[in-house]
Amino acid sequence: MNRMHIHKALPRGALRCGPMTVALAAAALLAGCVTINIYFPAAAAEKAADRIIDEVWQLKNGSQTPATPEGKQP
Amino acid sequence: MKTMHRIVLLCLLYAGAVWAQGNLEINTPAISQLRDAMQARHAQLAPHYASGALGLTADGRIALRDANAVPLAQRQAVQGLVAQENGDRDALYREIARANGHPEWEADIRSTFAQRWIGRAQSGWYVQSGGQWSRK
Repeated sequence: MNRMHIHKALPRGALRCGPMTVALAAAALLAGCVTINIYFPAAAAEKAADRIIDEVWQLKNGSQTPATPEGKQP
Repeated sequence: MKTMHRIVLLCLLYAGAVWAQGNLEINTPAISQLRDAMQARHAQLAPHYASGALGLTADGRIALRDANAVPLAQRQAVQGLVAQENGDRDALYREIARANGHPEWEADIRSTFAQRWIGRAQSGWYVQSGGQWSRK
């Protein structure tokens, strides 16, 4: 009798766990996001560096032009 | 269902935060102030990069690599400018790391800047790699 009751109760419990499972999955996803944030964003850092270098060196044209002609030495 | 809505909202918020990571925060008052000071100083430094007196180092700083290329009367002033510039550069890397909530990124930000300063230097300027100076 008792066992039968437990067996009957399990599926019901599993159904109740539906949202819980979703919550756990979401938590795992969020943990994944946090992990990504911990890694150094190299591409973003390069963009930031280029923007600051543009300002400091007063480079008006695009970020991909490394040299200007007047910088040439004899 | 309410829980589900909350979860979806949270996920969206996080997605937004991750998206924002595509750009580093560089628009803080401290960073702007350092950038402006460096921009103002650059006018004085530029002729010395061109003469070869100053070079860009592999650690994101500048160095007086040939003091003889600077007229004696200006030498002390240039040394002062180099010290100020390096102070500002160190502070800049530290501030960018801090502004983005990761002070431990300072070294990575420094090496990113070092590569970009060197990569974008004008031809004729001296840059350092592996302890050696070379002329672009």
